[in-house]
Amino acid sequence: MSSAGNFFTSKLDDAIGWARKFSIFQYPFVTACCGMEYMSTAAAHYDVDRFGAGFPRFSPRQADVLFVVGTISHKLAPVLKTVYDQMCEPKWVIAFGVCTCTGGFYDNYATVQGIDTIIPVDIYIPGCPPRPENVIDGLMKLQEKIQKNEQSRALYDPCSKIGRPDGIQGKCSTEGKIKHIEPAK
Amino acid sequence: MTENHTTSKQPGILTPLQRLQEKFSDKIIESHVFRGDETAVIGLLNLRSVARFLKETPEMDFNFLMDLTAVDYLFYTGGRVQKEFRFEVVYHFFSLKFNKRIRIKVPVDEKNPQVDTLSDLWASANWYEREVWDMFGIQFKGHPNLKRILMYDQFEGHALRKDYPFNKRQPLIGPIN
Repeated sequence: MSSAGNFFTSKLDDAIGWARKFSIFQYPFVTACCGMEYMSTAAAHYDVDRFGAGFPRFSPRQADVLFVVGTISHKLAPVLKTVYDQMCEPKWVIAFGVCTCTGGFYDNYATVQGIDTIIPVDIYIPGCPPRPENVIDGLMKLQEKIQKNEQSRALYDPCSKIGRPDGIQGKCSTEGKIKHIEPAK
Repeated sequence: MTENHTTSKQPGILTPLQRLQEKFSDKIIESHVFRGDETAVIGLLNLRSVARFLKETPEMDFNFLMDLTAVDYLFYTGGRVQKEFRFEVVYHFFSLKFNKRIRIKVPVDEKNPQVDTLSDLWASANWYEREVWDMFGIQFKGHPNLKRILMYDQFEGHALRKDYPFNKRQPLIGPIN
C-alpha cells in the first residue's frame, strides 16, 4: 500500500462539490407542455443519467434540485413555495422554459410573471419549450455552480422597474408578504 | 338573421326550436337558425321553465348540458343590433338520444347580474356556473356552492370582464399557512 495514485489531495469544499454535482436528486415540478421535453431529456436518448441527475425523487425532502417545468399560475404559487420550503439545504432551483423564467407569453392576470418572484432561481433555461440540448446545457451550468458551492438567494422584486420589458411602471405597495402592482394608467 | 319560422328536414317532425316556439311563443325574444344550429334568446325569468321543458319533454330529452358560458358586450360595436344589456349567459344543450343541439341565450343586466341556477337539473352546471361567476361576476341564484373555481379566493374582480385592465397584476399570494 505504498504506490502513488492511491490517494489524492484536494480542498474539502471541492471534494464535496464534486460529489454533489454528480449526484443530483431532482424534484420535477411539472405543470405543462415543457414536461414533454423534460421527459425527452430524462429518457434514454439524451440520458440525463450521464450527469448523475437521472434519479427523480417525488418527495421534496429527498431532493437537491427543484426543476420547475411549466407555467405557474397564481393559484399554484403557494404550493410551489411550500415545496421549495420543504427541501433540505443545500438546494438549487432550475426554471425550465420561458413560462417559469418570465411568464412567457402568458402575460395575463392568472400567471406568475417569473417564478423568481416566489423562490430564488439558480439557472434559467429559456425556450418554448427548450430543446433537450438546451436543458443539458443548463444542467451543466448548474453543475459548475454546485462545484463552486454557489446558491442563489435572490428574489426578484416585482415592483422593481428594472428588467420589465413591458414597461409597466405602476405604484407598488407592500403589505407583509404581499406585493401589489397597480396597473399603469 | 332573425327567422321565426324554421323548417324541419323531415316533414311532420318539429325541431326543438319549433317545439319551444310552440310552447313559449310569447317568451322567446329572438331566435335564429344558422346551418341547422338553433338559437333562442329568452328572458331571464323564463330560464328555468324553458330549461325544464327542454329536459323533461320526452320528444326532446336534452339530457346533456354541454357548455355554459357568458359574453360581456361592454364596448361591443360589431353587431347589427345595439345591445341594451351588458352580459349574455349562453347555454348549449345536447340530446344524446336524438342527437340534437340547441343554444339558449339569456341577456343579463349589469346592475343586477343574477340568473337562476340550473345545477339541480344538470350536475355539470355546478362547475360551469362557478366559472362564470369567477370570470364574469354573474351570480347564480340557488347554487349550492358559488365560489371561485379557477382563481384563488383573494383575487379581486372578475378577470374576463371587458373593463378589467388587461395589464393589472394582483398580489402574489403567500404560502398556504
